[in-house]
Amino acid sequence: MKFEYTISNLNFSTAGEASSNIKKVLKLLGIDSKIIRRAAIATYEAEINIAIHSHGGKIILYIEEDSIKITAIDKGPGIENIELAMKEGYSTATHEIREMGFGAGMGLPNIKKCSNEFSITSEFGKYTKLEITIFI
Amino acid sequence: MKINQLLENKNFKLLNDVPYLDEEITYIRSCDLLSLVMAKGEKGDAWITVQTHSNIVAVASLLEMSCIILPESIKPEETTLIKATENDIPIISTPFDVYKTMKEFSF
Ligand SMILES: Nc1ncnc2c1ncn2[C@@H]1O[C@H](COP(=O)(O)OP(=O)(O)OP(=O)(O)O)[C@@H](O)[C@H]1O
Ligand SMILES: [Mg+2]
Repeated sequence: MKFEYTISNLNFSTAGEASSNIKKVLKLLGIDSKIIRRAAIATYEAEINIAIHSHGGKIILYIEEDSIKITAIDKGPGIENIELAMKEGYSTATHEIREMGFGAGMGLPNIKKCSNEFSITSEFGKYTKLEITIFI
Repeated sequence: MKINQLLENKNFKLLNDVPYLDEEITYIRSCDLLSLVMAKGEKGDAWITVQTHSNIVAVASLLEMSCIILPESIKPEETTLIKATENDIPIISTPFDVYKTMKEFSF
């Protein structure tokens, strides 16, 4: 099964809708609540990152027999130093964004913690792509 | 304590129209950094935050928290209330500060 969600940038009122929809789908399929929680956290953080840090992108959910795969891909600007971006507490969020409660620098580390397999690739100036696998 | 028991205290006022208020509040948490809440929050939590934008509803709903409490009489944005009603998340306002709010609970 495959579901696709378009995420626009800087639209905070709709940010969170893809993750909430994904949660509903997984619930309907009767997937274990601990697994759903991990998938919900990972998609929420990926979705917010697209909304805050990118020019927009999409999240694709694949549900397979033994795993949930979430791909988040955006249209750039990409990440210059991935190792730094993965560090807890590192954030380039602006003052305004931080005032809204984003920008703790915890999103990517949270996603990694929730995943069984996690990969992040980026071409600076072009795109960022996250591939998240959670075993069911 | 259940949500409707908390609401018996007149210092706690429900701001939106939600059907189920007999849910148990299992813990109380105060944090304004959304990704920290996302990492640590649990089902049943009452969440005290000064954030007022609608993303707090997304967080509370994804984690299946019992309610959001806005301290110091902070007012939510209108879209936050609408989204909270759609998602069955009670938004509760109190003039109390965080400490006084927490003192209402014991776990
Ligand atoms: N999709 C993306 N496109 C471009 N840069 C990104 C993207 N996702 C993350 N980053 C960069 O990586 C940094 C760390 O991301 P992370 O999600 O861990 O923290 P944050 O979004 O800044 O804060 P938080 O997630 O705690 O609200 C960001 O500040 C940003 O510089
Ligand atoms: Mg983030």
